[in-house]
Amino acid sequence: MVRHDALAPRPGTGPPMWEYQESRENPDLAGIRDRSGLWIDGEETEPLSGKWFSTIDPATEEHLSMVAEAGPADVERAVGAARDAAAGWAAMPATERAKSLFRLARLVQERSRELAVMDTRDGGKPIREARDVDLPLVAAHFFYHAGWADKLEYAFPGAEPRPMGVVGQVIPWNFPLLMAAWKVAPALATGNTVVLKPAETTPLSALRLAEVAAEAGLPPGVLNVIPGAGETGAELVGHRGVDKVAFTGSTQVGKEIRRRLAGSGKALTLELGGKGAHVVFEDAPLDQAVEGVVNGIFFNQGQVCCAGSRLLVQESVAPEFVDRLRRRLSTLRVGDPLDKNTDIGAINSAAQLQRITELVESGQEEGALIYQPPCELPERGFWFPPTLFTDVSQSHRIAREEIFGPVLSILTFRTPAEAVERANNTPYGLASGVWTSKGSRILWMADRLAAGVVWANTYNKFDPASPFGGVKESGFGREGGRHGLAAYLRGVG
Amino acid sequence: MGERMAVRKTYKLYVDGGFPRSESGRTFPFVSDDGSEVVQISRASRKDLRMAVRAARGALAGWRGRSGYNRGQILYRVAEMVEDRAATFAAQLELGGSSVSGARAEVAEAADLLVWYAGWCDKYVQVIGNMNPVAGPFFNISVPEPVGVVGMAAPSAPVLRGLVAGLAPVISSGNTAVVVAAPAQPMVAITLAEALATADVPAGVVNILTGFPEELAPWMAGHMDVNAVDLSGVHPEALSDLEEAASHNLKRTGRWESPDANLYRISAFTEIKTVWHPKGR
Amino acid sequence: MVEERVASLATRSIKREAKMWALRTAISMTDLTTLEGMDTKEKVRQLCHKAIRPDPTDASIPSVAAVCVYPNLVGTAAEVLGGSSVKVAAVSTYFPSGQAPLDLKVAETGRVVADGADEVDMVIDRGAFLAGDYVKVFAEVAAIREAAGDACLKVILETGELGSYDNVRRASMLAMAAGADFIKTSTGKVSPAATPAVTLVMLESIRDFHRNTGRAVGMKPAGGIGSAKQAIRWLVLLNETLGVEWMTPRLFRFGASSLLNDLLMQIRWLETERYQSPDYFTKA
Repeated sequence: MVRHDALAPRPGTGPPMWEYQESRENPDLAGIRDRSGLWIDGEETEPLSGKWFSTIDPATEEHLSMVAEAGPADVERAVGAARDAAAGWAAMPATERAKSLFRLARLVQERSRELAVMDTRDGGKPIREARDVDLPLVAAHFFYHAGWADKLEYAFPGAEPRPMGVVGQVIPWNFPLLMAAWKVAPALATGNTVVLKPAETTPLSALRLAEVAAEAGLPPGVLNVIPGAGETGAELVGHRGVDKVAFTGSTQVGKEIRRRLAGSGKALTLELGGKGAHVVFEDAPLDQAVEGVVNGIFFNQGQVCCAGSRLLVQESVAPEFVDRLRRRLSTLRVGDPLDKNTDIGAINSAAQLQRITELVESGQEEGALIYQPPCELPERGFWFPPTLFTDVSQSHRIAREEIFGPVLSILTFRTPAEAVERANNTPYGLASGVWTSKGSRILWMADRLAAGVVWANTYNKFDPASPFGGVKESGFGREGGRHGLAAYLRGVG
Repeated sequence: MGERMAVRKTYKLYVDGGFPRSESGRTFPFVSDDGSEVVQISRASRKDLRMAVRAARGALAGWRGRSGYNRGQILYRVAEMVEDRAATFAAQLELGGSSVSGARAEVAEAADLLVWYAGWCDKYVQVIGNMNPVAGPFFNISVPEPVGVVGMAAPSAPVLRGLVAGLAPVISSGNTAVVVAAPAQPMVAITLAEALATADVPAGVVNILTGFPEELAPWMAGHMDVNAVDLSGVHPEALSDLEEAASHNLKRTGRWESPDANLYRISAFTEIKTVWHPKGR
Repeated sequence: MVEERVASLATRSIKREAKMWALRTAISMTDLTTLEGMDTKEKVRQLCHKAIRPDPTDASIPSVAAVCVYPNLVGTAAEVLGGSSVKVAAVSTYFPSGQAPLDLKVAETGRVVADGADEVDMVIDRGAFLAGDYVKVFAEVAAIREAAGDACLKVILETGELGSYDNVRRASMLAMAAGADFIKTSTGKVSPAATPAVTLVMLESIRDFHRNTGRAVGMKPAGGIGSAKQAIRWLVLLNETLGVEWMTPRLFRFGASSLLNDLLMQIRWLETERYQSPDYFTKA
């Protein structure tokens, strides 16, 4: 490396150091309370189950709050409240329903800092992402769907869309509030009432959302939030008073729900796992593709159902691309999620860390080459460094199974047809990325990729106006856009 | 102690985000329905119209370049500002002869209409536009785009709701507007201008002129840098001459009798653009 | 993607001591510039004194890197700066348009070097570049490289006129291959001038050129950088893309005029924790 110091600052003016300032968001802004009860029929309430569980900060393993766990009697109460509120909510003039959701969107905007800090503490995601991605999208989702509430007849010409009634929704922990918004906003806009079960590791922001909704003037019973684990979710989706079930989570649980609902007549949409493939052609702008691939797999520590966890790179540029990728990895900052400079935060739970660790070990055992940039991980909390695997073959577990962590498996291809074949060689079909300078090739690939979403020369883009969802074992139904409304309406499917 | 002397508002034009007097120096009197109040209103000239069109043209690229989401947020903010000024609007409508309850209802309807169109900003393309299944290996998509600078003669009744019913669809898609307010109750239009000016609507996106439509509309219809006109507020007998004047640059013209919510008032001021792109390895 | 990366780096905050170092380093990286039709010898003399001692009340503040002037003021600048560490930089090649025959540009370059310029800031022929005549652009840079002799050659791409990031990258590679010591964004006469996104594309080009040839080329954003906050943002980009090795005036410069006082004000603010007024800093 060339070094010049003839013009360096004079001695005594400070050492040539360059460290980022830890810029830590104030954790108290989240306003987390000691106890977080159920939210049923417009108020916080003690669980009839009598059970409470602890939710922790995965970055420190510190206890945050005791959260009420909904048992069967609580599910009964919540569904009952939703049932009672359903007729009134559906009969409310659509414009009034729209305006209450607009108000909710506004209040989310007003309180977004509080909610962002809450999701970061409860879930471990970097505050930069919670603040710049999750929360703006949450507000946008409510705003967008508010506007549909009084325009449904335009979305489905020739049909008479009607609400389904009571919707039971179960959401995951990776985007606690955003997933709540994706579920709640369209359901309410279309005139349904909701019972929402947030994930047991991240229940706080959904409960806070219910409070905010009440402040916005939503009638009691329209939105109920009942934390709990798998049993609570099973109880909810199986409840006879639920007309429609919407689930986001693992393919395994999605299949169980499908089985359980068989013959029940309930409507169902599922947004499940994925094994997204980035296809990088030799003519792609490589630095931009590197950015996209990094964002695709390390966004939210890779705990994203549409994560681009497989990289298919054309052989001719593979060594150079991997080299660039490695170098870019070394600039990623892993650590305190509340630090605004952090790129990669904490893994959501000990169980998830265990799963990632196990799959990464299998990758090494099966003969793939691992690369992890040097980085210091905090002692307490759940952490996993950004990880690349090269020399991966299609039969390795790390190339087939959803890892749901910051782990990228790199494979190569020679022709577009081969890229398509490899990308589609999975039971999943949620999202794909294509990187090339040729527009016609993007569209050719898009026609052939078995995925609900194809991102071209970008990745992980979300917008409430754009439908999202998978094919094959990544689930069915769409969220967002005009098409997402259909999931919550009778008479349009 | 005597009665306090009220501080009265001066009613001026709304051009390029500011509130100038007419360059002509002219005004005309507004006399309330019961004759008890007289207010001087700026009377815009054709030169004011020219300045307003220039402002609208200047604001067009920025406004149409914003995301639908952003325009929606701003229109919603306009609704908030209208609701906030409900008492002012209602009082002005009453001066023009509305009943108390009628005035209140009209303000509420106007605010709701703004909310309705706010919702369309990021949706009308999804309803009006579409993919075209052409018989070949092509990606082919048709999307509506704003037509450009739209001139508008606002109807005189219902004055506030009619003005909002014309203006909201025009700007929701990204057009900019030059409005000639109805002369019967011009203060309402200027109060709306104040709502717009405090709602983050960028300068020049909406320009409102008070004055006489019969004087201004022909200049507007003939202006070569205006792309379309909404003639809802002009007298039917004037229509033929105005449409003829509009023919010089093939302005799109339209006229609506009803101040109701209407998606197709958005599409009336858009042009469909179709994009072809090949698919291939 | 370029914009997204730039935006994500814009929110980085750096430590107070690092910031202090960055502000002082930024001063030492500044090419204090005056390029106006109304420039006079007196104005340039004032500027040169300011360049040597930016803050008369604080001797610890480093001198700037260079003073950048029009050709006919090179002699004036050289008189004042002679014996100091501050270099004399001259714009050349019929700055800012570059619309002149090559022999005139070569002659102009020879002249400014003879008059005492240590550094030459040339402009590329954007007309030829946009017309696809890369050979001509390359040949011109190479000819000026030769005419400049031992002087440091900075090649201005005028990115605001190039139209796309692809073109910025292509022009960067061309200029470096033809012998540029620095590549520079802008003349300051065209808007947009130095945007963070364009800078990132150029830094990536420098990185790739260095990887392929082993030669380290410098970067000079110029035009529109008026605040210390912006300057630090550029240094973050530099650090993330090329690393600390490039964080020296030998490989990074700011082309600016109003930036200097803002850097001084920020240093004073860090020292005193009182927000500052421009009244307490000398205008050149």
